[in-house]
Amino acid sequence: MSAEAIQSRRDWLLSERPASRMQARLGRAYVAWRRFSANRLAFLGLLILIALLVVAAFADVLAPYSPTFGDLKGSRLLAPSAEHWFGTDDLGRDILSRVIFGSRWTLYVVILVAVIAAPIGLLVGTVAGYAGGWIDAILMRITDIFLAFPKLILALAFVAALGPGIENAVLAIAITSWPPYARIARAETLTVRNSDYIKAVQLMGASPFRIVLRHIMPLCISSLIVRVTLDMAGIILTAAGLGFLGLGAQPPLPEWGAMIASGRRFVLDQWWVAGAPGFAILIVSLGFNLLGDGLRDALDPRSGDQ
Amino acid sequence: MSTLLEVDDLRVTFPTRTGRIEAVRGVSFSLGRERLGIVGESGSGKSQTGRAIMGLTPPQAEVTARKLAFDGIDLLAASPRDRRALRGKRIAMILQDPKYSLDPVMSIGRQIVETLRTHEKVGQAEARDRALAMLEAVQIRDPARVFDLHPHEVSGGMGQRAMIAMMLIAGPEMMIADEPTSALDVTVQLDVLGILDRLVSERGMGLIFISHDLRLVSSFCDRVIVMYAGKVVEQLKASELGRAQHPYTRGLLNCMPKIGADRHPLPVLDRKPEWAA
Amino acid sequence: MTAALSVDRLEVVFDRFRALKGVSLEVQSGESFGLVGESGSGKSTLLRAIAGLAPAASGSITVNGKKLGARRDKAFYREVQMVFQDPYGSLHPRQTVDRLLQEPLAIHGFGDGEKRIQRALDEVGLGTGFRFRYSHQLSGGQRQRVAIARALILEPSILLLDEPTSALDASVQAEVLNLLEEIRRRRKLTFLMVSHDLAIITHMCQRLMVMQNGEAVEHLTAGDLIERRVSKDYTRNLLRASEGFVRA
Repeated sequence: MSAEAIQSRRDWLLSERPASRMQARLGRAYVAWRRFSANRLAFLGLLILIALLVVAAFADVLAPYSPTFGDLKGSRLLAPSAEHWFGTDDLGRDILSRVIFGSRWTLYVVILVAVIAAPIGLLVGTVAGYAGGWIDAILMRITDIFLAFPKLILALAFVAALGPGIENAVLAIAITSWPPYARIARAETLTVRNSDYIKAVQLMGASPFRIVLRHIMPLCISSLIVRVTLDMAGIILTAAGLGFLGLGAQPPLPEWGAMIASGRRFVLDQWWVAGAPGFAILIVSLGFNLLGDGLRDALDPRSGDQ
Repeated sequence: MSTLLEVDDLRVTFPTRTGRIEAVRGVSFSLGRERLGIVGESGSGKSQTGRAIMGLTPPQAEVTARKLAFDGIDLLAASPRDRRALRGKRIAMILQDPKYSLDPVMSIGRQIVETLRTHEKVGQAEARDRALAMLEAVQIRDPARVFDLHPHEVSGGMGQRAMIAMMLIAGPEMMIADEPTSALDVTVQLDVLGILDRLVSERGMGLIFISHDLRLVSSFCDRVIVMYAGKVVEQLKASELGRAQHPYTRGLLNCMPKIGADRHPLPVLDRKPEWAA
Repeated sequence: MTAALSVDRLEVVFDRFRALKGVSLEVQSGESFGLVGESGSGKSTLLRAIAGLAPAASGSITVNGKKLGARRDKAFYREVQMVFQDPYGSLHPRQTVDRLLQEPLAIHGFGDGEKRIQRALDEVGLGTGFRFRYSHQLSGGQRQRVAIARALILEPSILLLDEPTSALDASVQAEVLNLLEEIRRRRKLTFLMVSHDLAIITHMCQRLMVMQNGEAVEHLTAGDLIERRVSKDYTRNLLRASEGFVRA
């Protein structure tokens, strides 16, 4: 594309007089994207996560060996080498392949938790904040009860009740991570519920349901996205923690936390067994944190006129 | 009349993503021991002019002037330390809303005492006496009670009086008042203006009164500067406002509804691009 | 003539604070009625109580012959709409003008949205160039025009105006006041307008009520004010204050 064409497209996006709904929306997204991509670290975070997605999608192609079957006879606990970049574990499995396949489980956990916990938190928080009175009191006391327990302990209790396994771990993490989102959504709702623009919608005759869904939730979503992204690192660690305690993914599933758990027995002599998945967790957590910081700057309505 | 403040070709420029924006574009005037009004609509640069004189321009902005001198002191060449010393001691500023300019967790009396003691070496007891006297001077009926109140416990008018007391306690020679009464009810507004007027004339201070309300300014000040798009479009004596030449000034005067003038529709301002040129 | 709006001994209480102490007024159909007072006089509270945004403790409000209950029904909002004081706070920050105007039409199930939005924007002098802008892309005066368009799009017969120009520059104020007058004439609307500025109220309204501390001080006509026929000291003070500063 020529430089002129790019320039004219940019002008179209940044137009002060958008001619259609579509142009207005795209222009707004473009401004947020420009602000986001100007932040180098956030961009790095995004690249890490894109890399994670690619690795997870093409794990079958990328992994040099099987993640679950190893050569017990000839390749137990081999140090990193040209043949096995990250070495092998006690069952002779290639650790690189396990880390690559493990990315799928990490994504699985992270996405499921976000999809379950964020909407629950958003709904509880906005309804409590907008309704006020006894509805608010009941919903927020329930939230407080969940917040009163340390997250991992509560998750442990749920997994103990539901039985170990990665699906139950996801469920347990989701159940324990919505309360902070509810609080954020409620705080945000309280600041906007008495504003004139919400009053104006009330004066249109809109039902409370419509006001919460169409006018208040969109305002809470950006701070929620930021918070969920920043929490992702914690969710990965909690999942890894459950895996480490033997309550999450069950062997031979190549889940990073479980891999660290099984590697801890040789952590002094064969450090790579626990080190490789540990490093993977570190990198992905870092990626989410950087992305979250960047999103906060790009989406926060208070940090500019957007 | 001695000149207190000289401003020549003052410019304030803000860098933004899309380029540099000149908020003030070459403003020149001088101030003696008089009441000078600066009038303009939002975006005219009137507040940025006041802030630049005070040295309160945001750090990313750039302030230049051929001359910006207070009592012979070059303000642009002065060190931040010297400017701080000037602020409060010799130049004071009152802002629109006292709620944002008073410290919410300190009692009004203590704030006045603190202000006095940063600028003068006085004992605690004497400072208290002078603060009480100052509160009385701004017509607060029960100074001893107000002395111990916190800013949120007083009304807007009372807060603005306390603010004036705090600003005047160190005996400044020049005061910049940026919309000092816009947040107040009309009747309270006049009380506060009356206090300001008396103190300014008794102490022989120079006053710069920044406001959007042309009629109020002209009834209060000796001289009026009308600003538009960062420039001075007209300077005239307040008493001669009726003979204003510039179409912007005349338009501004005309477009306000008046009691008894039956004008339907109201004349509106037809902004000419050459005014901003 | 019939009363478009009548308020009878209305009381509003917030946490034991009586914001409105038994205020009564009657506005004729097609009339423009002003409420004047200083902050805390209860003038805005009265407006909000009529709109259903402040709870009435006792007394009654009647709109076009129909007595209002504690809850307003949808039909009420098609009769009565409101324009708020602060144009920066009354438009949703994440919605385009188009979306803002669409909302009332969607709530009331109007089919011909496209045409109505065009017409409403034309009527307030904005034109379609503004249709897909966000509120931060508009000036204060333009925002207030959008707010007026939003209030008009349901074709109400009564418009409540809460200091609609006090946040605007004087020249923009004149434009908005002219627009409001023109709309009232064309659509034969009834106005109930709140302001602290006597000059604006005498310019816009035929009759007015002066309020102080949640009570009515006196009822006047615009002519009374122009000829200084006022009986209460409070009103006289307001009148004097509106003339600007007089050196003692």
